[in-house]
Amino acid sequence: MTSLAETPAAHRHTGRGPAGRTRNRWFTQVGWRHLVGVLAVVFSLFPILFVISAALNPLGTLSSTQLLPTGASLENFTNLFDRTAFGHWFLNSLLLAGVASFASIFLSALAAYAFSRMRFAGRRVGLLALLLIQMFPQFLAIVAIFLIFTTLTDLYPVIGFNTPWGLFLLYMGGALGANTWLMKGFFDTLPKELDESATMDGASHVQVFFRIMLPLVAPILAVTGLLAFIGSINEFIIANVFLTNTESKTLAVGMYGLVAGERNNNFGMFAAGTLLTAIPTVLVFQLLQRYIVSGLTSGAVKG
Amino acid sequence: MSEPLSGPGSATRTPGREPARPGLPRSSRTARNHAPITATGLLVKVVLLGLVAGIALWAAFPLIEAGYWLGLGVLTVTTAGLFYLYLSRRHIPAKYLVPGTLFLIAFQIFPVLYTASTAFTNFGDGHRGSKDDAVVAIQTSSVKQVPGSTEYALTIATTGDPATGPLTFLLSDPKTKEVFAGDAGGLRQLDASDVTVSSLSGKITAADGYTVLNIGQASGRSDAITALIVPTDDGAIRSNGLTRAYEGKAARAYDAGCDCVKDSETGKTWTADEKIGSFVAADGERLTQGWKVNVGLKNFGAVLTDPNISKPFFGTLAWNFAFAIGSTGFTFLLGMAIALALHSPRMRGTNFYRVLLILPYAMPSFAMLLVWRDMFNTDFGLLNNLFGLDVDWFGGAWSARIAVLLVQLWLGYPYMFLVATGALQAIPRELTEATSVDGASPWQSFKAVTLPLLLVALSPLLIASFAYNFNNVNAILFTTEGGPFAPDNPRNGATDLLITYTYRLAFGAQGAEFGLAATVSIFIFAIVATVSAISFRRTRKQEEVYS
Repeated sequence: MTSLAETPAAHRHTGRGPAGRTRNRWFTQVGWRHLVGVLAVVFSLFPILFVISAALNPLGTLSSTQLLPTGASLENFTNLFDRTAFGHWFLNSLLLAGVASFASIFLSALAAYAFSRMRFAGRRVGLLALLLIQMFPQFLAIVAIFLIFTTLTDLYPVIGFNTPWGLFLLYMGGALGANTWLMKGFFDTLPKELDESATMDGASHVQVFFRIMLPLVAPILAVTGLLAFIGSINEFIIANVFLTNTESKTLAVGMYGLVAGERNNNFGMFAAGTLLTAIPTVLVFQLLQRYIVSGLTSGAVKG
Repeated sequence: MSEPLSGPGSATRTPGREPARPGLPRSSRTARNHAPITATGLLVKVVLLGLVAGIALWAAFPLIEAGYWLGLGVLTVTTAGLFYLYLSRRHIPAKYLVPGTLFLIAFQIFPVLYTASTAFTNFGDGHRGSKDDAVVAIQTSSVKQVPGSTEYALTIATTGDPATGPLTFLLSDPKTKEVFAGDAGGLRQLDASDVTVSSLSGKITAADGYTVLNIGQASGRSDAITALIVPTDDGAIRSNGLTRAYEGKAARAYDAGCDCVKDSETGKTWTADEKIGSFVAADGERLTQGWKVNVGLKNFGAVLTDPNISKPFFGTLAWNFAFAIGSTGFTFLLGMAIALALHSPRMRGTNFYRVLLILPYAMPSFAMLLVWRDMFNTDFGLLNNLFGLDVDWFGGAWSARIAVLLVQLWLGYPYMFLVATGALQAIPRELTEATSVDGASPWQSFKAVTLPLLLVALSPLLIASFAYNFNNVNAILFTTEGGPFAPDNPRNGATDLLITYTYRLAFGAQGAEFGLAATVSIFIFAIVATVSAISFRRTRKQEEVYS
């Protein structure tokens, strides 16, 4: 913090001082900012560089991996698909995270619309209750969830253990708590006159929601959808209890198993898997990053 | 989901809407929301309600079959309620709230309440079921082969996957030629026409509805086969190797008269103790199989007073706060510092920096946590290699804590950088310029103007981040796994959060203690809720939120 505090002072000082020492002035005004930027980028990138290096390392072990790639071989990638059920895990994760994030933002958008636009008994209590429930992490109840699903598996094998649908239902349980507040904050920023005039023109509440509100909150839908997607890709604890069959595992569960036992030898395959897992999220992330900045802060300021 | 805004209905009937239904006693305020029904809307409604009815019907049959009448009642009431709600024109807010709330109740509130209720019991390993279950378990596990017991030819089969499916013993009696299927639930006779019996060995080689395991598959699961005991009327059937089984007599039997278990060989008795849910002998020995009983506030008392539990609990609580505050605080400080540095009108290439900076946030965090764990490896980890160090990072309590916080910093600061950038852009430049005109130093101007405005914008996010990190299981489980552990206390390590400590209590190798774990869960919930409530009150954003 001290450098930040001092440098603008130096800036002002040199600004008044005699011209000519342009290089010095450039550094005190702009250059140091680049220095900070470069250092931050180095800090951000070196573990990722290490992963890339490990993924390309033909030996595929942790002990032989250096920070910079020592070879370029795709052996780890082919091994990953040949020796493990990585393809299954990848599809399971994409399907589960895709469907779950889509459904969960839809559910919370519905609730956020009601909380933002309608006045009804229990609204305050409902909002507070959501906040409180969110603080009891779902996974603390994992024993109860385990027992409930033991019964459910007996009754309905389709949504029981080792199925993506059971896990999907569980993730839906957390849908309201996670995103409703963020979305309500964004809904609140839209002028009420918009939907009121549509109502005057004869639009029903359903039409107002689907035709007017949803298109206008598209940025926050994209952001919460992405956050929910990343959240379900990374979810491990519940999925780990839930999915025990090799082919029904998700990426987090499967890849954890890959390095849990054979920590050193499978590291190359693990790194390759990490890179493949990152591709979809990084791509979407870079596309959406300007929405993320505006979406998060505007939602945050309001609630 | 498209309902034409200017559909035929709305366009033609809007002006005459009110007079068209003069008889309905409805205020104009509610009528405003009742736009005419469009064809698409009706179709969607019919299809969705049909789907609900279909799912309810599908769900009802197994419930009836299993005799879960309470479940059937809940299902019926829920379905009827949904139909009422979506067919009536009233209760509009409920129409939007109910879908999410149903899931919330079924998969979050109900499990949470159930968890809370187990906190008052001794539920856990050895105390899982009812007293009757415990008696059955005690009797079957004491089964011994006695002269004259029936011998069976044994075939191992399963109804599921050969490697993981539930095991069944297919038994054939060489004398009577009768065939049976047995599992932990009991023995039942099979129809001789459904099975193929080898004339050579007398073994069953195939049976309808079962997959027979070959010798390789069976020997891979020999532990499970040895553990499988099939209860019968006067004893139980156990396996003897992979191809033979015998029906033995139980050495221990329950006697209802003295409410105790007697061993017929040694004559020792264990009397039932309803307070702790175990059979206890006169010398204090307890049988491992007990039953679930209500223990009142004993678990709560144990967390607060039992030195074996309370000492790790409060130590862990202190570190838990340090971890959550540290994770949130350091990421915020670093993120904000970099955001301030890059926030300048004369700065070029900020987009380039931003794209690369936020990569850690976009990488899959579970995988990167594991990568960091390996980068901290003492022997061939990147950090020791790169800097020529020889630090056993996860071996010492403080180096492990520093390592965990460093990983959190790496994972979390891009997010703080992003939101701080967004918030900085929203602060009008005139404000900071005004302070410098008034003669404030940049540090004063930052302290008096920029920082307070940033905090107002970001404090809800900081509180959320605190609440999230307070229970950040992955951050610990994937790196240190709670360690390093003191040699005298394998239940609690230096970097354990309350939640990972709870996880170990509930599922650890020491044996499951669900009741105690649920109690700790309730403490965690109370702590997080209190801290968040206080900080929300302090930010005084409440009024605005409810506007």
